[in-house]
Amino acid sequence: MSETWKTLKPYALITPQTLVFLMFLVFPILMIGVVSFWEFNGYSMTPAFTLDNYRGVLTAVTFNTYLNTFKFLGLTWLATLLIGYPVAYFLSFHVPKLEWQILLFLVCTIPFWTSNIIRMISWVPLLGRGGLVNQMLLGTGVIQQPLEFLLYSDFAVVLGMVHLYIIFMIAPIFNSLMRIDRSLITAAEDLGASGFQIFKEVILPLSAPGIAIGSIFIVTLIMGEFVTVRLMGGGQSASVGKLIQTQIGSLQYPLAAANAIVLLAVTMLIIVSILRVLDIRKEL
Amino acid sequence: MKKRSLSFYLLLAFFCLFVLFLYGPMITIFMLSLQGPDGGLTFPMRGLSFYWLGQVFQEQRVGNFIEPFLRSLLLGVAVMAITIAASVLASMGFRQRFRGSTVIFYMTIASLIVPSILVSLGIGVVFQVMGWPTNWFTSGLGAHLTWTLPIAFLIMLGIFNRFNPSYEEAARDLGATDSKTFWEIVMPLIAPSLLGVGLLTFTLSYDEFTRTSLVSGQRNTLPLEIFGMTTNVTSPALYALGTLTTVFSASLILIAFFAYNAVVKRQRGQV
Repeated sequence: MSETWKTLKPYALITPQTLVFLMFLVFPILMIGVVSFWEFNGYSMTPAFTLDNYRGVLTAVTFNTYLNTFKFLGLTWLATLLIGYPVAYFLSFHVPKLEWQILLFLVCTIPFWTSNIIRMISWVPLLGRGGLVNQMLLGTGVIQQPLEFLLYSDFAVVLGMVHLYIIFMIAPIFNSLMRIDRSLITAAEDLGASGFQIFKEVILPLSAPGIAIGSIFIVTLIMGEFVTVRLMGGGQSASVGKLIQTQIGSLQYPLAAANAIVLLAVTMLIIVSILRVLDIRKEL
Repeated sequence: MKKRSLSFYLLLAFFCLFVLFLYGPMITIFMLSLQGPDGGLTFPMRGLSFYWLGQVFQEQRVGNFIEPFLRSLLLGVAVMAITIAASVLASMGFRQRFRGSTVIFYMTIASLIVPSILVSLGIGVVFQVMGWPTNWFTSGLGAHLTWTLPIAFLIMLGIFNRFNPSYEEAARDLGATDSKTFWEIVMPLIAPSLLGVGLLTFTLSYDEFTRTSLVSGQRNTLPLEIFGMTTNVTSPALYALGTLTTVFSASLILIAFFAYNAVVKRQRGQV
């Protein structure tokens, strides 16, 4: 086997995958950048260099839309962390056998491989005006009027997002909890640490990279989100993703592109700040 | 073995509630899709039958599901074939160090974490500028690959990390060429996990919505068709379709999991 072939071989092997990413990821995103400076005359776009699209982005409406998106992000992040952490902790520290841990983790994972749309629709018979929750609350006399906020509201959007995306928080935390050397905990116990101290001083710091990776997933999933906002928000809720989608719907590609570039910048900024607080290199 | 403490039972209860939260909504639509012909969209259930499950295969007022289903099936198979081929090659390339590997690796990660709407918009813009019509089997296919390829690639990296290179070295010492080594040594060893990765890829593509939504062109894939139905279908046929397609994806996932498990056991046994 010749030396040249040996050095060239990995490049030959990665070529197909790299081509796919160049064609459908890198080039399209570069094109978004280019088109965001183009002109739009109401029905078509023409190559130009104008900052009008970015001026169009910097409005009070966009600002409020971002605030609303951050609200969804903050609430969903908090809920996925507060629900996801105990679940991951239970799986890794309280379930005795590896087979059981894997099996129960699989139970948590299966829904995430099925259709998001169907998973959202399935909340309707539970949360709607005549849904199961309202029927039960009315039946027991807790409320007199059906609760309206359960579906087609900001509450429903956050609930839907937590339901759809929580695995992206659980899986990295579960992974980092499973890697913790159990003898560290025994050592802490021998030194007289209480259960809470062990959690705060040993387990929590060692699982921080998992939290960071989970948070990054949640940020990237939610910042561009428009499907849940539309289906669960019922047209009332606003988000950056939905704004961009509406602009694409009316063929305003340059404006949508400028919005998308700002969205990408904001998302990257959040990710960089997460990485500054928590180091994830050990996990990669 | 620690004794069962109070915190164990509290966490167990929490875990069970979480599983109920995950599966509860699905179970309600499964139940509602088994109603009789005069069933509605909410409880209580009216009758019990397979009427609505059968209705899915009939011509609907709002369109039929057979064509979108066939499209999604075909697209899933194409995405699976390309993803498997590209990710196996790429992950084999990563078994040896090379200049630029970090950049390629981060590009893969980027594909996974860039907000999906950017991928969809970007491909849409490229097709618009080039004057090409968007179609599920061109732009849609590309959009799916940006999602399935990084996931398959990361799983393949994990599989090759556990792979014992001495089998290949032995084959080479005996004079086998690269391609012969691959087809006769590597392939049989990774085949079951390829089945697993393939099925995962297929379901990811089969259920993908966000990245496809803006670039699927005139003819919808199944998830897009279902999304369209949510606004104008008011019968349990919607739930029945949801039930069928979910059962379909979930069984593929279970097969994928057991196939993957089998290979891990086999590889451990051989070391």
